[in-house]
Amino acid sequence: MRMMAFAARNYKELVRDPLTPLFGVGFPLVLLLLISTLQKHVPNEVFPLEQFAPAMAVFSLSFLSLFAGMLIARDRSSSFLMRLFASPLAASDYIAGYTVPILPLGVAQSAVCFIVAFFLGLPVSGSVLAALAVLVPVGALFTGIGLLMGSLFSEKQVAPFSSILVNVAALLGGTWFPLDMLGGTLKSISYALPFAHAVDATRGALAGDLASAVPHLWWVLGYTVVAFAAAVWAFRARMRSGEA
Amino acid sequence: MTAIAVTHLTKRFGHRTAVDDLNLAIREGELFALLGQNGAGKTTTIKMLCCLLPPTSGDALLLGDSITADPAAVKQKLNVSPQETAVAPNLSVRENLVLMARVYGCDRREAHFRAEEMLQAFGLKERAGDRARTLSGGMQRRLSIAMALISNPQIVFLDEPTLGLDVRARRDLWKVVRALKGKITIILTTHYLEEAEALADRIGIMHAGRLQALGTPAELKAQTGAATLEEAFLALTEEGVS
Repeated sequence: MRMMAFAARNYKELVRDPLTPLFGVGFPLVLLLLISTLQKHVPNEVFPLEQFAPAMAVFSLSFLSLFAGMLIARDRSSSFLMRLFASPLAASDYIAGYTVPILPLGVAQSAVCFIVAFFLGLPVSGSVLAALAVLVPVGALFTGIGLLMGSLFSEKQVAPFSSILVNVAALLGGTWFPLDMLGGTLKSISYALPFAHAVDATRGALAGDLASAVPHLWWVLGYTVVAFAAAVWAFRARMRSGEA
Repeated sequence: MTAIAVTHLTKRFGHRTAVDDLNLAIREGELFALLGQNGAGKTTTIKMLCCLLPPTSGDALLLGDSITADPAAVKQKLNVSPQETAVAPNLSVRENLVLMARVYGCDRREAHFRAEEMLQAFGLKERAGDRARTLSGGMQRRLSIAMALISNPQIVFLDEPTLGLDVRARRDLWKVVRALKGKITIILTTHYLEEAEALADRIGIMHAGRLQALGTPAELKAQTGAATLEEAFLALTEEGVS
């Protein structure tokens, strides 16, 4: 019950923050509309909606890192976390309390992305549900990275680090262009990181090819576990140091 | 009866000793002010007493429970109003109060009941539905103290509660703190000596991690032969004094 009260507070903080709809939904949707319009006027193979819409859904989820990181960093700088550290909340309540409200936001962001894509011409099919399911661990991955950043960095540091993350995730995820265009080394680096796997898994699921999505999903899940383990370690270290 | 019994409490960070063999007893219902220059060790002491930081050695019993052996029991008895306002900015005043009540184990109905009591007691009723970030500094401090009291703590730590407030807001907050005197044990840290003199039953002055002096404001002035508490404080915390 204590954890849920804390989670409910975090949900309210997030949905009432104007950054959330602006970056989580507005920015990716503008890009989706822009690129789709370009595609209609200058058709090419790089940006068919079936490829670009799932990439945009992943791109929108990358902002979850910003939301999670800023929320924790703000709670630290305002001493709100110190107030909570003195309360009977357990260490596990904090990570769960920050994570639980962010994941539904991620699902909502992804759903909005696909709904707009339908209006732009994406065929309506049941495989969108599979894509949404694949996007849940992707959302968890970015949430875990955000929790880690919020535990390690100050409020002023989280924003630039999130910006770097969003750009790296988009560039090395193959959002803007096929990774084959990057060449051998960069392509290898891209597939050593989880972002390209997140995009490929979502594209595979949307195409109804779950068999191709599953191996990519394992990469995402592996990195998610690592991100959360690192976040829990960093957060516990904060608690032990007595410095929120 | 003793609310807080501190015995040989010590905290070291590497080679630096932040709190050095602190021994102290604070009575139930007492308003105890802990003073000291920056780096004197008062914040580290408060953090140890709030179970935020484990001591290197020594212990403290808060109403009989040890901060080292049973921090969970200690945490249920205390609450803290940190130096910064420490409110949830996008939650309303009422939601902030309800949240803290629920974090301390109240069910939804009880939490709302207590929140209404606090809104009334702290003159926050008219702003109950407003987001906390829209409140003035003085109102945010009041909310912060109300959040610290909603769990009905037996011991409350007020860390520089009037820092940055104008004279009127500070005096308003003094009234709030005075109204609590005798009902719960209050540990107040402040840099404003007139605040300590106006509010505290006893004052402890820390210097270089040690408790340098302890007594009522009158006793501290008599001990140093100073005319004011400020002069007494300066004499007790002068460089080279140990």
